[in-house]
Amino acid sequence: MRITVSVDGTKYTDDVEPRMLLVHYLRERLGKTGTVVGCDTSNCGACTVHLDGHSVKSCSVLAVQADGCEVTTVEGLARDGRMHPVQQAFHDNHALQCGFCTPGMIMQAIDLLADDPDPDENAVRHGLEGNLCRCTGYQNIVRAVRDAASKMAPGAGPVAEQVSDSEITSRAPSHTGGGS
Amino acid sequence: MTATAEPEVGKARLRKEDARLITGRTRWTDNITLPGMLHLAVLRSPMAHARIVSIDTSAARDMPGVVAVLTATDLDPDGEIGMPCAWPITPDMRHPRRPVLAATEVNFAGEGVAVVAARSAAEAEDALEHIEVEYEDLPVVLDMEAALAEGAPLVHEDLGTNRSALWVFDSGEAGTGGDVEQAISDAEVKLTRRFRQQRLIPAFMEPRSTVVDPTGPQLTVWSSTQIPHILRVMTAMTLGVPEHKLRVVAPDVGGGFGGKIAVLPEEMMAALVARKLGKPVKWTESRSDAMLTAHHGRDQIQDITISATRDGMVTGLKVDLLADMGAYLGLVGPGVPLLGAFMFNAIYKIPAYRFACTNVFTNKTLTDAYRGAGRPEATFAIERMMDELAAELGMDPLELREKNWIRHDEFPFTTVAGLTYDSGNYEAATERAKQLFDYDGLRREQQARRASNDPVQLGIGISTYTEMCGLAPSRVLGSLAYGAGGWESASIRMLPTGKVEVVTGSSAHGQGHETAWSQIVADQLGVPFEDIEVLHGDTQFSPKGMDTYGSRSLAVGGTALVLAARRVLDKAKPVAAHMLECSVDDMEFTGGKFTVQGTDQSVGIQDVALAVFAAHDLPDGYEASLDSDATFDPENFSYPHGTHLCATEVDTETGRVSIRSYVCVDDVGKVVNPLIVEGQIHGGLAQGIAQALYEEAVHDESGTLTTGTFADYYLPSAADMPTFVTDRTETPSTTNPLGVKGVGEAGTIASTPAVVNSVIDAVRHMGVDDIEMPCSPMRVWQAIQGGAR
Amino acid sequence: MIPTQFDYVAPATVDDAVRELADAGDDGKVIAGGQSLLPVLRMRLAAPAKVIDIGRIPELRGIRDDGDAIVIGAMTTHYEVQRDPLVREHALLIATATDTVADPQVRHRGTFGGSIAHADPAGDLLAPALAMDAVMVVAGMDGRRSVPASEFFVDYFTTSMNPAELLVEVRVPKYTGWHAHYEKFHRVAQSWSMVGVAAMVRTDGGTIAEARIGLTNMAAVPVRARAVEQALVGQAATAENIKAAAEHAANGTSPASDGNADGEYRSHLARVLTGRALSAAIG
Repeated sequence: MRITVSVDGTKYTDDVEPRMLLVHYLRERLGKTGTVVGCDTSNCGACTVHLDGHSVKSCSVLAVQADGCEVTTVEGLARDGRMHPVQQAFHDNHALQCGFCTPGMIMQAIDLLADDPDPDENAVRHGLEGNLCRCTGYQNIVRAVRDAASKMAPGAGPVAEQVSDSEITSRAPSHTGGGS
Repeated sequence: MTATAEPEVGKARLRKEDARLITGRTRWTDNITLPGMLHLAVLRSPMAHARIVSIDTSAARDMPGVVAVLTATDLDPDGEIGMPCAWPITPDMRHPRRPVLAATEVNFAGEGVAVVAARSAAEAEDALEHIEVEYEDLPVVLDMEAALAEGAPLVHEDLGTNRSALWVFDSGEAGTGGDVEQAISDAEVKLTRRFRQQRLIPAFMEPRSTVVDPTGPQLTVWSSTQIPHILRVMTAMTLGVPEHKLRVVAPDVGGGFGGKIAVLPEEMMAALVARKLGKPVKWTESRSDAMLTAHHGRDQIQDITISATRDGMVTGLKVDLLADMGAYLGLVGPGVPLLGAFMFNAIYKIPAYRFACTNVFTNKTLTDAYRGAGRPEATFAIERMMDELAAELGMDPLELREKNWIRHDEFPFTTVAGLTYDSGNYEAATERAKQLFDYDGLRREQQARRASNDPVQLGIGISTYTEMCGLAPSRVLGSLAYGAGGWESASIRMLPTGKVEVVTGSSAHGQGHETAWSQIVADQLGVPFEDIEVLHGDTQFSPKGMDTYGSRSLAVGGTALVLAARRVLDKAKPVAAHMLECSVDDMEFTGGKFTVQGTDQSVGIQDVALAVFAAHDLPDGYEASLDSDATFDPENFSYPHGTHLCATEVDTETGRVSIRSYVCVDDVGKVVNPLIVEGQIHGGLAQGIAQALYEEAVHDESGTLTTGTFADYYLPSAADMPTFVTDRTETPSTTNPLGVKGVGEAGTIASTPAVVNSVIDAVRHMGVDDIEMPCSPMRVWQAIQGGAR
Repeated sequence: MIPTQFDYVAPATVDDAVRELADAGDDGKVIAGGQSLLPVLRMRLAAPAKVIDIGRIPELRGIRDDGDAIVIGAMTTHYEVQRDPLVREHALLIATATDTVADPQVRHRGTFGGSIAHADPAGDLLAPALAMDAVMVVAGMDGRRSVPASEFFVDYFTTSMNPAELLVEVRVPKYTGWHAHYEKFHRVAQSWSMVGVAAMVRTDGGTIAEARIGLTNMAAVPVRARAVEQALVGQAATAENIKAAAEHAANGTSPASDGNADGEYRSHLARVLTGRALSAAIG
């Protein structure tokens, strides 16, 4: 089947088997190996990407289901060589160790902040409940997300504007259209 | 004089590793694609114990994209290849051959039977369904006690028994203490308990993966492993590939926790298939395969007897273990219980001690190291026993501990298990933890809740632990019959422009070596943190190493760095003196500069590096290199310790346990990077808490793993974890020049008993004195019902 | 893990989808949000020859007001349900239950109709649908029919839809002003319900005028706790009355046993959680 998908701002047209998972399309066809596969049951969240502005587990979406959609991966977050504030916050707060869960964790954290720009600790913990990390015990991840929230808050300075560009505006149509 | 720069060691440096990991520019093994590379998929036995009657691969061979379908007959026709076990704990240890693929018999559900090589992973997986295997059922033995019973079905018929080995330590015989039987029979108080260490799954987040390229002058193996160096040696020995014809690379590795201290049948299989077909191959496991076939951890039955005087002095401790090896012996599996043998006495002055461990075969996935390896089991048992003894004696459990622990002025202290603890200050850590925790306030609240019959009861759990890590003095390992030494190596290369390459033999998989090692070398050589590149995990530039496990990297590998750096300075000094036209004896080195004492004449180490590179004007006979290697072999372990206090709320109506607060004060000696140390503690706590409350690998009666995915093996998420309060005391280790102790396993070792003690404490007044792990809501509720009856 | 090969169609209308389903017969499988199906396909626990994606049928999306009921399109995502003002106002029970479903990513893709049609007894939306007497509108080759929730769930993962039928929408009677709460009990945040209680009450002054309670995972299908409902009606909404009524929660249920909960414990949980759900609902 022929599909056309926009990934990290580039449009790709490819023939794929219907059974191909979105994550395998990203990794194997497009070389977007920043997104990883951690499980078979959609529990771990390591493969989380944004599909039309919402976080999804790309192991539980067929590539053909993404036809006509926009996908953002962890590789598409930086702007003009500057990291996304959530990426920066993960670095600043030592929110990763082995880093395997990190791409998914960052993508979910961005989604979480788009829905709730100032989450309390409990909201962060529950907002990340679909992402497993085996290294950090989560404490620094929670800290990083709240740190990013404070820096992305309205009036927090130029850093925050990057986010509205890359994420929040892309969410708007899908709220009404209901995703794909 | 310019002010000396602030030392790097001790700074909360942000990690160098992060940049690639947070932007997705990673080098996981599964990311590697080579021209013409084939994908491997392994057919695994659904049966826990069966004879293989026949394997028909003909239909699978005809499937699209399939290049080869191979069985044991193809890969190892003479049945000679066996996976290595590096720890024959006794001379008569029974060690069955573990084949790369099963030829005649499968001994656990998940054992590999055939391998498909195909052009794509999907085609390889498709072909698996077309391999026909006929099995003939054999009786399954899963329970250790049943396995040891007379007439039990045998996992390995030819061994004639399911007992692999019996290993004993007796303080009376060793001369390190008294006779424990005497102590127990003389005791005013004695308590016996049986604890079960449930089977756990390490569950590193990155599934294992191996790529083998047979097309170059060396057979190159990329693998998601903790032990590239050991893997190289073992692959050479196992497959007979000359070691110099092997290159092993551990690229970015997504966690290990002991689960990647292994030489895998799949690694050997990939090498054999690659050589046979002459093409690069990749094997990447699914999570389901990882759960089933990556080695499991723990799985012990512990029978413990403790004796004491009425006033709370412990007089003896006797430990009888059954340790489930699973169907085969792992690389270090047999020795895992031994790493606990020296730790049951923990921080206490126990006069008599005996430890006996029986390693048992069952038809399950093999067990091997998992974070803490032996020490969490030991710490759990003794810390649970101390709480039980306190309850029996009607004492506060902290008071009982204090009565028995080694006081800070008694170090160095040689324990009843024969180890010499070099340092420690249990009083200080405990005092700090009590303050942070509000111990007395929580005790008052607990009383109030009991008095009001609150449906939510409060419990306080204590764990005052120590552990032995920084594996390990080679002589000690030798005395325990371990197959290798415990040294670590480091190389430092001064580049002409003054930048520095550091090569370490320990192989990081998330720990942050690139950052911490840069800090250490920056201080030693006085060069900027940013000017140092740390290289690891590739035998092509790092031929020597003992890799990463047992909280050894810093205490052993970090020390090797210091020694190598000192040698660089030793080599630089005569050149600097030559450049400054003074005597070597007049030189001093601070802040990256050699200075002529009492003058402002100086030359930087970078300038010396350039001068050595140019080699135009060096002292006569000088060998033109500053590069230095060092190998460090510790004379003793390092002994981190600390006090962990956990408050749980137990909903007595449902049995649900919620952690209300968790305080830990750890003493890991000098700290190179507090951020990294704190992260290690957090992660360790999470895994230890998960053992206490959530995780358990369960097999059904037929030997099928019923917790084979993340949907049924309960890894906690952020929503299931509390916020930890962490703090440190700092008693420098005297066993290495940095004064550091290992930190990788401490949190896991300490936290499990703290949580379980706290759960029991919450419901002890309801007649409960034990709950098997994990303390699931049903188990807690049932315990309360049982206690009430 | 990669699914077996299959053909894929993405019809644009319900009629086309039904035709595709009829053509495929037993070899066809509908994919809605795919959050339950894709893991099953990846683990090769199912190997359909044809997958019919109903994600591109506009009619199946969205929530509308239809007089005495609200109508939830089968392909409406959990995320949309959670944020829909009609649901909050007239079907609060569904809103609170949906909040507990899986995790945020799954709620972005997973659909209300998909969960209902999947009929997993541990699924959190079945008990609310049952308690609310929701009606499933099902399309087949012979047109559409309405199936009340009480007749829709037949067994584990089994509904009264035939293989050539498609769930189009769910009509949920309005329970405007009712108090509602879904109480979920599970091992870790992302695991399935061991027991769930969907409770809804209408109070009149301080008295309970009506009560509707559905139980998750207390049988092969969702069940009503009718004995509790009856015991509550006409009672003052006090903690003691709720507790007494909740004692009947496990009556007539047939809970399964597994490693997390045996039947006795599940029954006990049903009683405790019913009390809690009611108390939380009334607030």
